[in-house]
Amino acid sequence: MIQLVKNDPAQEIKKLTMIESVNLALDYAMTESEAVTILGEDVAVNGGVFRATDNLREKFGVKRVMDTPLAETMIAGISVGMAAQGLRPVAEIQFMGFIYAALEQLIAHAARMRNRTRGRLTCPLVIRAPFGGGIHAPEHHSESTEAIFAHVPGLRVVIPSSPKRAYGLLLSAIRSNDPVIFLEPKRIYRATKSHVMNDGEDLPLDKCFILRQGADMTLVSWGAMIMETMQAAESLAKQGVQCEVIDVASISPIDFDTIATSVRKTGRCCIIHEAARSCGVGAEISASVSETVFPYLKSPITRVTGYDTIMPYFKNENYYLPTVERIVAEVVASIKLIAMGKKEPKHVSL
Amino acid sequence: MKTLNFSISYEQFLRPDGSLSSSLPENVQDPKKALNAYQTMVFMRAFDAKAIALQRTGQLGTYPSILGQEAIGTAIGHALSADDVFAPYYRDLCTQFLRGVSLKETLLYWGGSEKGSQYENCSNDFPICVPIATQLCHAAGAAIAMKTQGLHHAALATCGEGATSKGDFLETLNLAGAWQLPLVMVVNNNQWAISTPRQIQCGAETIAQKAIGAGIEGLVVDGNDYFAVSHAVQNALQKAYSGKGATLIEAVSYRLGDHTTADDASRYRDDSEVKTAWQNEPIKRLKQYLINQKLWSEQQELKYFDKVNIEINIAVEAYLNETPDTPESMFDHLFETLPKPLEDQYAELQAQSLFVDNPVSNETSSKGVAHDTAR
Repeated sequence: MIQLVKNDPAQEIKKLTMIESVNLALDYAMTESEAVTILGEDVAVNGGVFRATDNLREKFGVKRVMDTPLAETMIAGISVGMAAQGLRPVAEIQFMGFIYAALEQLIAHAARMRNRTRGRLTCPLVIRAPFGGGIHAPEHHSESTEAIFAHVPGLRVVIPSSPKRAYGLLLSAIRSNDPVIFLEPKRIYRATKSHVMNDGEDLPLDKCFILRQGADMTLVSWGAMIMETMQAAESLAKQGVQCEVIDVASISPIDFDTIATSVRKTGRCCIIHEAARSCGVGAEISASVSETVFPYLKSPITRVTGYDTIMPYFKNENYYLPTVERIVAEVVASIKLIAMGKKEPKHVSL
Repeated sequence: MKTLNFSISYEQFLRPDGSLSSSLPENVQDPKKALNAYQTMVFMRAFDAKAIALQRTGQLGTYPSILGQEAIGTAIGHALSADDVFAPYYRDLCTQFLRGVSLKETLLYWGGSEKGSQYENCSNDFPICVPIATQLCHAAGAAIAMKTQGLHHAALATCGEGATSKGDFLETLNLAGAWQLPLVMVVNNNQWAISTPRQIQCGAETIAQKAIGAGIEGLVVDGNDYFAVSHAVQNALQKAYSGKGATLIEAVSYRLGDHTTADDASRYRDDSEVKTAWQNEPIKRLKQYLINQKLWSEQQELKYFDKVNIEINIAVEAYLNETPDTPESMFDHLFETLPKPLEDQYAELQAQSLFVDNPVSNETSSKGVAHDTAR
């Protein structure tokens, strides 16, 4: 149910969920440019299984909102072709767990079209895919494999964590003249509502967002985990620990400057992500922070992440997904320099 | 019981001995076109041999020969109009040449430079596609863009018969039927996918019959017969222009050379098979036809070879003298503008370039101002 806060057709401010703000951004972008074309499985008549594209077919017609045959390789492949020939396709992959068939097209073509033609052809496409766990979904519907894309030069990987950022970042992604993988944390599609102004204002794609200021510890996260991270920060504040919370938002290219500046101030850093730990984006952030602000670190950089296991079916998913308690414990350990489990902080005297 | 019947036609006009098996249809009767086709095929075969020689002498990277495929590429190149979009694979030298891709650009591509895909004369065509069958999806995307924009043009993609085993091919074929796309798919069935022969690739009698499953027209033509390929491609394009949907053309030929210069086909196929295939190759039969028609002679051929060799040498010179892209170009065309997070790596490369023995000047690029202005 959309609540109108201010009824000004030019600049409507509505209280929206993330999925509604995704729909609003798509609507705005399609109104703004005739080149914007939506395609995917069940996106037109049905409006998408999560309703992200609801009513767009009725408004913009069948040529601009297209139900495709069920074939992810083809969806990504024709998007590359459409993008190279003047359209701005926004393709939906119904769940990230089914995106792997599209990898060759995205890695071998979307990411490289501009470079391999020296800018003669470009690939302004957006691939939208809901991702992440926590909604009791069947097998293959809960993984967070954003690091696969973050490792590919030429792709932008963007993950919103609030309705407002979903609106602004999706507009940027569609307006970008380069390919963007836009991963939507489906657990928080309808978790909160916030005021979103439908003014067409976009948000920068390679910039982190500081959601909370603090002097004691930097918490770095993205996507649905921002919820737990913010709750942990609030809980820690009550214990006298002030955390700075950074929403990375664009995990590739990644804005290390904002993170490094924060860690230089706080001297401590904990990275929280849903994805498996090894070779995750957290590892990259940890390495980069170490390289740049090592002398300022008061304790080792830590990570609270999913385990290096197959994402369990939903009976056990809550043991896999990082919790507020795990984040708080990690921060407390870091502040107190107390060893957690096997992670003994080593103080080497030179 | 109800029975549905499907059929696949096979077309050939020009026999291996240069005689006609049936009279030529109207759209391939122009003698000037036939003469130009022959000259193009001879030119491209000579260039192909030169490219292999350049690779053997360390002046070119791995190169895939087009030996025996000249009729297919030339017929496609003649049939396409400038407004159509071509999505090649990597054995499409003839079509690309006729589209306006310069020999220098072709050499630059196989010589290891991204400059080779800039295509000054056919700016909407896709670049050479190495990942198998993926280009078919791109052509379908181009066809969708044409439909959306109300343009009565067509997209044409080529691939080898090996590519028809891949999902990209089948998914594109399926979509082309479901959406009636202005798309032409030409399969160069040259019997070999590196060492995998046609009979292992697919159990169907023809590749063309895969079209039946997608609800589009499929046909087989003699890929060594310029007239047969030209007729089929022209018809398919006309059909696409008039909104009547897609066509799959299987052009049966033979890969007379190795897969690429990195391959040695003698490891997996008999010389006797190759010898037989040479009897059917496309250039000899067209030459005989033109001589029979008094459109060509041995004296003209000698003169033409001289001309061709001069042009090839000019292209090779231009290629060898081309200034390489700056090392920074790897960043310059990654995104429209260099993202701030990559500026440090850009500077790192610039610092490294100072110590690497590289004749390229760095004047054209500087940190933070890398803009892709080509489009």
